Amino acid sequence: MTATIEKSGERAIEVRELHKYFGKNEVLKGINFHVNAGQVVCVIGPSGSGKSTLLRCVNRLEEPTSGTILVEGIDITDEETDLNAVRSRIGMVFQQFNLFPHMSVLKNLTIAQQRVKKRGKAEAIAIARANLEKVGLANREDAYPAHLSGGQQQRVAIARALSMDPDMMLFDEPTSALDPELVGDVLQVMKDLASEGMTMMVVTHEMGFAREVGNKLVFMDGGVIVEEGDPREVLANPQHQRTQSFLSKVL
Amino acid sequence: MKRATRRRLRDGVLYAVLLAGVATVALVADWHAIRLNFLDTPTFKKLWPDLVTVAAVNTIKYTAIAFGGGLALALALALLKLSPVAVYRWLATIYIELFRGVPALVVIILMAFGIPLAFGWFPPGGAVGAGVVALIMVSAAYMAETLRAGLQAVPKGQVEAAKSLGMSGTWTLFSVVLPQAIRIVIPPLTNEFVLLLKDTSLLSVVGMQADQVDLTQFGRNELNILANPTPLIAISVMYILISVPLTRLVAWMEKKQQRTR
Repeated sequence: MTATIEKSGERAIEVRELHKYFGKNEVLKGINFHVNAGQVVCVIGPSGSGKSTLLRCVNRLEEPTSGTILVEGIDITDEETDLNAVRSRIGMVFQQFNLFPHMSVLKNLTIAQQRVKKRGKAEAIAIARANLEKVGLANREDAYPAHLSGGQQQRVAIARALSMDPDMMLFDEPTSALDPELVGDVLQVMKDLASEGMTMMVVTHEMGFAREVGNKLVFMDGGVIVEEGDPREVLANPQHQRTQSFLSKVL
Repeated sequence: MKRATRRRLRDGVLYAVLLAGVATVALVADWHAIRLNFLDTPTFKKLWPDLVTVAAVNTIKYTAIAFGGGLALALALALLKLSPVAVYRWLATIYIELFRGVPALVVIILMAFGIPLAFGWFPPGGAVGAGVVALIMVSAAYMAETLRAGLQAVPKGQVEAAKSLGMSGTWTLFSVVLPQAIRIVIPPLTNEFVLLLKDTSLLSVVGMQADQVDLTQFGRNELNILANPTPLIAISVMYILISVPLTRLVAWMEKKQQRTR
């Protein structure tokens, strides 16, 4: 018993028997999955495989149909759980950036700090500036999102999530909406984060990133986890036929 | 014939037709009668200063109250219409269909004469006050649909981003969704405002005390007293002086906003 508690204690995210239906369509068919603290877990798979849905269930942007999701040991599917408090500890980065277009970059980074974390204005601004510096956009704090390139917007979005001091980060295809020449800057920021020990769950098509940075690679297809393991091993030597066929198309 | 020559010839013909039309009207019109009946200077002088200090001020006041109240009620209705609870959606739909379907004039008369009859209670401002409440109720029905469309036009990702940062539903609505929705609906809301400005002329049907007259009632009173239609031209100019600067201001703001977006 003690052993299991200790084991789940280092689990940042633990998903048990997760099922998700959209109407009659079952998109997640009993997922068991975990991310340990400090790990970078990459989730790959064809479109419609359920990988984004799985990620979005972790902070309950999607409502799971059944199953349990523990975030740092807290059951987020429990009605009693303060969902907003849990969400403020999980940073999320979207494919379409989703910056607030009517706010300056700085305001994008401070608003949730002030309203959710109840930080004072000066403190929120100081933290925001430190995070903009980190993503290499210290000089753009007065710009509006529409004036930034896609790559810059995504880095601002990462800085916005980091400003909440999250314990872990979820990335939902963070480079898929970017022009190819802008992908590198965003991946570099993510690599820096990983090297600082940030717990990360990344849904991605960037096999290079998975190979270089990931501690674990998960291949999903048809709503189930088909194969998982060390990224270098899975990518070089996929065991399952479906993994082989997917990788032969993308690599 | 060269294409440029043809185009010049066509433009010349079009201008000639326009000039001929204007000249015909100018020659046929009885300028003396027009000036005497519609643009009579002594009559203008008699309208001053009540035209502005009483009538225009009252019209602006009624419009502002009806618009402000209507907008607040419309927001509540739009949120009801987007509620997950079906009964709330039905209630909002019934309200909107009802008050959009009945002429504003009928609602004004109902409120002004019906409420005191039914409840023995007189609203502040008397019949005019009740009429303004009727305008609030009618304009809210129109603006609710506009606001709902605006709220729905804000991308879903915006709400998801706010949620993922741990922001509550109320904060998300007021600091993320509404500001973006308002920007989307400013042009149609300006339209509503101008329509409402003109609909305050309907209030004159309920009977107004001397200090309550709006532009239309003022114009009709003066028409009767002075036996000259000039006051109607004067109030028309006032309506335009109120609405045009506002619509120009909104157009300018929109243009400026597009630059920051």
